[in-house]
Amino acid sequence: MRTEPVVLTVAFGYLALLFVIAAWGDRRAEQGRSVIGSPTVYALSIAVYCTAWTFYGSVGRAAEYGPSFLLIYLGPTLAMLMGPLLIRKMVRIASTQRITSIADFISARYGKSSSLGALVALIALIGITPYIALQLKAITLSHAVLVSYPEATDFRLADESFWTDKSFWVALVLAVFIILFGTRHLDASERHEGMVAAIAFESLVKLVAFLSVGVFVLFVLFNGPADLFAQVADDPALVDKLGLAAVPGGATGWFGTLALAFFAFLALPRQFQVLVVENVDERHLKRASWLFPLYLLAINLFVIPIAMAGLLLPTGSSDPDSFVLTLPLAAGLDGTPLLVFIGGLSAATSMVIVETIALSTMVSNQLVMPLLLRSRHLHLSTQGELAGWLLGIRRVAIVLILLLGYLYHALIGDSYSLVTIGLVSFAAAAQFAPAMLIGMYWRGANRIGASLGLSAGFLVWAYTLLLPGFAQSGWLDATFLTEGLWGVAWLKPYALFGLDGWDIYAHSLLWSLVANVGLLVGVSLFTRQSPLEQTQAALFTEAMNPGLEHTSLWRGQTTRGELKSLLGRYLGASATARVLDNPGDTPRDDSDPAPPALIARAERALSGALGNASARVLINSVVRGEALDLESILSILDTTSQALEYNRQLEQKSRELARIGEELRAANERLRELDRLKDEFVAMVSHELRTPLTSIRAFAEILRDSDSLPDEKRVHFLDVVVLESQRLSRLIEEILDLARLESGRLTLNPQRLDLVALTRRSVDAVHRLQEDRGVALEVDLELNEAPVIGDPDRLEQVIINLLDNAGKFADDDAPRVRLHLARHKAHYRLSVEDNGPGIVEEERERVFEKFHQLQYHGESADKVRGRPRGSGLGLPISRGIVAHLGGRLWVEDAPTLGGACLIMELPQAPH
Amino acid sequence: MAKVLVVDDEPNIVLSLEFLMQQAGFEVVTAEDGEAALARVADSAPDLILLDISLPGISGFDVLEQLRIDSHHQRLPIIMLTAHGREVEREKGLALGADDYVTKPFSTQALVEKVKALLAEDA
Repeated sequence: MRTEPVVLTVAFGYLALLFVIAAWGDRRAEQGRSVIGSPTVYALSIAVYCTAWTFYGSVGRAAEYGPSFLLIYLGPTLAMLMGPLLIRKMVRIASTQRITSIADFISARYGKSSSLGALVALIALIGITPYIALQLKAITLSHAVLVSYPEATDFRLADESFWTDKSFWVALVLAVFIILFGTRHLDASERHEGMVAAIAFESLVKLVAFLSVGVFVLFVLFNGPADLFAQVADDPALVDKLGLAAVPGGATGWFGTLALAFFAFLALPRQFQVLVVENVDERHLKRASWLFPLYLLAINLFVIPIAMAGLLLPTGSSDPDSFVLTLPLAAGLDGTPLLVFIGGLSAATSMVIVETIALSTMVSNQLVMPLLLRSRHLHLSTQGELAGWLLGIRRVAIVLILLLGYLYHALIGDSYSLVTIGLVSFAAAAQFAPAMLIGMYWRGANRIGASLGLSAGFLVWAYTLLLPGFAQSGWLDATFLTEGLWGVAWLKPYALFGLDGWDIYAHSLLWSLVANVGLLVGVSLFTRQSPLEQTQAALFTEAMNPGLEHTSLWRGQTTRGELKSLLGRYLGASATARVLDNPGDTPRDDSDPAPPALIARAERALSGALGNASARVLINSVVRGEALDLESILSILDTTSQALEYNRQLEQKSRELARIGEELRAANERLRELDRLKDEFVAMVSHELRTPLTSIRAFAEILRDSDSLPDEKRVHFLDVVVLESQRLSRLIEEILDLARLESGRLTLNPQRLDLVALTRRSVDAVHRLQEDRGVALEVDLELNEAPVIGDPDRLEQVIINLLDNAGKFADDDAPRVRLHLARHKAHYRLSVEDNGPGIVEEERERVFEKFHQLQYHGESADKVRGRPRGSGLGLPISRGIVAHLGGRLWVEDAPTLGGACLIMELPQAPH
Repeated sequence: MAKVLVVDDEPNIVLSLEFLMQQAGFEVVTAEDGEAALARVADSAPDLILLDISLPGISGFDVLEQLRIDSHHQRLPIIMLTAHGREVEREKGLALGADDYVTKPFSTQALVEKVKALLAEDA
């Protein structure tokens, strides 16, 4: 199983499978049935973060430095959790500006500066090449271990001539693959769908391979986690090695590594590529923000168990980086090691593919194109297709980058462990973070600051990490490591300015970022931005402002024909037609002036192919006059913020309107109800008025029509007419009272009066009537004086009404009524009770409704007969009057007589 | 001699109607509420009823409805009296089988003529 031909066949078979997947992905994209339009594929493609370095190196790092490897994955987890905020903005900017790489991003932010773009591209090339080398090294090493195990694999790569070196061929095969799938389209901002599909697939392969080793180790070599941990616990030296104390640099080491991973995750060219450039839908970030951290968790699950097992068991290898491979090999397995090899291969190739595409785009757009344009700038009139050139440049760049990686690997690679190389590259990529992140949120950051910051950060990085690496490989005299440059102790690369004892990466990151951020911020504060920079700065910082999405900022003039020929040269005829001709447009003449929107579209198309800086140079060459209107963009920004403010006010207004509408509806409802009540009232009033009128009219007509009426009858009938007329007048009085009460126009004449005297007067007034009816009236005035504020006439009306009602409803055979006046706290209570049937609970409030006629349940009609009917207005009026005087009127059970009891309460008058 | 039942809870209205009917030559029985009215119909067998609508307890409408259910009283002439002038009530009364509908206050002559006409028709 582990013979050379088998391994090679499997490896090439795997690459061929990738080919098929990528080709399938591309074909689907052309058919418009994209396979990468899913957040899951997006999250898996982000897992290109896990390279061979993760696959082999995590175990190596865990065996050497304990759990510190986890920080490498916590950084990205943190970044992804912030994804919906931070990465979403990056994606938004990249899609509106047609950004092709992180170098393009930074160049575009700082005024489409070619020099800044070139600087970023250069740093990336220098900083990332070791990382590519690392992948090649991992493939070669894992291959060697697989084939030659159990022989030691401690060979020196440099001893071999390059055509016998597997990694050289690996590099070449990958170059072909990348050229085929990475440079199909000229437009680098277009998605490489096939490539992304292949990468997502590779992420699955490496995860499955790693998990199988983990399961094998934990459950086949050991009896589960408990067994493994128990065995480790028996060896104190091992416990120390895997414990927290093994993390280099202590707390600063922890924090430094976390920050390093955080920045690198956002700024590594390949991460920028999959996270930002290849993102097809901002909404995918939502799922990716938890799915990707989950992936990281899964792939790290077995790292520590494998490291423990590797240290515990004799594997025949002293290199912890290859534990993943040697553990199953030592167990005598055949298939699993092959799977592991493929997993490692997938981790390495995915990284190399994406990284190379990203770097080659940078090299062609940020390094080569600006140079070419500069030399061609003088004779732009030359007609000729440049589109083919561009792809050619990119393809050459791919080959060169891989060769560079190979060279680094062949010449220097041996002196570093996998982990070390990775972190060196991380620290280089982290240098892009300040210019990128600060530029996204601070409008004031400018090109000079960014350039100086980047340069300084890069130099510090080179001095503290790259050169020491060279020195350790024997390429440089190593004395500056121990003595400091020129013998100055403060300049020791691992202890700059006397900062000794730190983890070397945290140390490097600290000083490089201090220099980087310090210069970026400091210089930006004291230098000015060009108008174009101000515009771009505004567009970047305000990227989430919806008003800016589709603004054309070109004010200069050119013709369609000129744009057409320019685009034709760089993009080819068919792409040009796609850009310039909208299907809905009427055909135009080439000599027509090009509208600003068209110029903007042309520039965006060129940006996608050549990068922002070059696109701007080209468009400037054909557009005459003021190219770009800074004032207009600033005014757009102002107006959008005004519009937002206006919008906010509108929303507030509409909320208010809704509230007012609701109030109106409620008021209308109330009015309707009042209207209904009014109708009812009018109907009741008319009914009440008609009743006495009926008697009056009937008897009047009888008296008129009957000549021979006996005197006695005539007098009787006339009495009825008079009585009913009085009733009618009283009714009208009451109705008027009620109307005045309800409209609040009841005129009261409040004055200080003695309720005791008033009560006596009222009793005297009804006394005779009550006696006539045979009502026994008891009066119990506890007090000599009861000062209240009130209208004497109205209060008398109330008391008479209460006594009158009580008399009417008292027991028919032996009617009794009792009036009682007493003090109750700061009030006087006048209660009138009777010995009638009482008022049931649910009727007690209704008696105060207008025209309510009490009906006694179970009382026979005979009993009601002869009882004088009220209008049903007395109690409502009484209650209204009492309420107007600040008192209350209500019904209770009669305490002594057993019938109903009405209680009036009035506040005591102040002294 | 035809017998007229006067039903109203207002004693003075009963008094005036009683006098008017007697003067017109009818025998008169009276009732103050619905229950009494039904009792009088049963024990005095009136030939015509003057029936007020708003009565305490069972309303005039209820009395009318109960009488019309009973096959004996389906053709008994009934004149509804009401202090409400509403059209709806008028229609309700007629729908329930009232023979006429008179709004208070009424013209005594017109009422007496209506009663006479209904009794003549009946005879």
